[in-house]
Amino acid sequence: MKRWTSELGPPLLGIAVLVFVWAIVAAATDTRSLPGPVEVWTSLRGGFTDGGFMEATLKTLIRLAFSFAAALVIGTALGLFLSAFELARRSIRPLVVALQITPFVAWVPLAVIWFGVTERAVVFVAIAGSFPAVALATLQGIRQVPPLYVRAGRTLGAAGWDLQRSIVFPAALPAYMVGVQQAWGFAWKALMAGELIVQASGASGLGHLLDRSEDVAAILAIVAVIAVIGVAVEYLIVGTIDRRIRAKRGLLEAA
Amino acid sequence: MSRAATRTRDQPAGAPAASTISVRDLGMTRTRPSGEQVPAFEGLTFDIARGEFVTLIGPSGSGKTSTLGVIAGLERPTHGEVLVDGRPVTGPGPDRALLFQEPALFPWLSVRGNIELALRLANVPPGERQERAGTWLARVEVDRSTDRQPHELSAGMRQRVALARALACDPPILLGDEPFGALDALARERLQDIVQRERMERAGRTTFLFATHNAREAVLLADRVLVMSAAPGRLLEEFRIDAHRPRTLDDVLVARVVSEIHDLLIGQLEESSS
Repeated sequence: MKRWTSELGPPLLGIAVLVFVWAIVAAATDTRSLPGPVEVWTSLRGGFTDGGFMEATLKTLIRLAFSFAAALVIGTALGLFLSAFELARRSIRPLVVALQITPFVAWVPLAVIWFGVTERAVVFVAIAGSFPAVALATLQGIRQVPPLYVRAGRTLGAAGWDLQRSIVFPAALPAYMVGVQQAWGFAWKALMAGELIVQASGASGLGHLLDRSEDVAAILAIVAVIAVIGVAVEYLIVGTIDRRIRAKRGLLEAA
Repeated sequence: MSRAATRTRDQPAGAPAASTISVRDLGMTRTRPSGEQVPAFEGLTFDIARGEFVTLIGPSGSGKTSTLGVIAGLERPTHGEVLVDGRPVTGPGPDRALLFQEPALFPWLSVRGNIELALRLANVPPGERQERAGTWLARVEVDRSTDRQPHELSAGMRQRVALARALACDPPILLGDEPFGALDALARERLQDIVQRERMERAGRTTFLFATHNAREAVLLADRVLVMSAAPGRLLEEFRIDAHRPRTLDDVLVARVVSEIHDLLIGQLEESSS
């Protein structure tokens, strides 16, 4: 209980201060351009009870899960391939770096031409925006495995695939997780951009909803939902896995 | 009683006998960052008998680590060869366990997991691994921390686990690359005691070759001490230590040889700096 208050206290205080300042500024300005917390809360509740927020949130989360999973599979496979073949690494790695730097929004026109104004185009943008981070982290993680572990593994009799599986991959995991954390953030941002821009007919999602909303209270309510999902995935899922891996190895500072 | 029968009685079933090591005219050059080639050691020739404990001592830079690396099969010599039981070494293998200066435990595995991985890599059947890991951890006196992660242990305990991991597979050869060099005096003494005990209990089952820069440790542990010169390393002299085991540093014979080796090493330092 005490742990919860010490960990959650400061962020909750930050939110309280934000809402307080927001309420004061909103009271002093035109409600149509900046509605206050109460109006946004009402819009949020209305959205979830009958405004399609629930359906949009679920659809978006499913797309996120699918895109992120696909990015992990593609990125990991590519990273492993590049780490195994010197020539492939030297010729393809710069291209992956280029992909990584390219803003994901740049993929939208291509996605629309290839897949039409469809949900598939949106998912394509999310995958294209996030798999390079996974591929580069896989490559980096494997290349940065401390030589001592490999030497120790080899003297214990590990060779070939067994050496990779028993020593190299586990040793590369913390660096790989850095890429996974980056990639999920990229996937999330790219997905939102895709949903916002590619208005597939009949498609439902938070980005779509955002584009169709006309009053500021609804827009702010949707942004709040997007923000909460981001924080939840970051802290509860990806961050927790990363922390567990690091804590087990003594890579976290004592709390 | 036949000889084979005697052997069977002395050794647990399936345990391999210790191996011999022959180092033949071994030499290695090192590449400096500037690209310049400098000899690390040259013309190194010595033999180690089955079950013998040999320590290699010399000033830093004399090529002790590289010599062990070549015997372990992790590095290739530029000249000469190493024979184990008469066969040339071509790569690393579980028949030659190596203790590093750092424990080199795998941080993603528990203490027990580290030993069990070594047993798996040595093709010990799954059913036997847990018990053997437990037995070995008890022998190095870390049996109360078996489910902890390596980072939760003290440096001395970690190196004891590394020793257990190296010995758990009953290697015919145990190499040590200054394995106690980074430990404080107490932890070092405890490990020396454990290694001495293993040397006595494993007579004929494991051949030991340890590098060290500590003359006392060299004499305390070894049947024979090989002294190497300053870079490029060559064999300077060897000392046979016949003192009774277990030895202590108060032993008269031990103390005398220690001071002789000490003088020899100091001479090397003066020679290399003049």
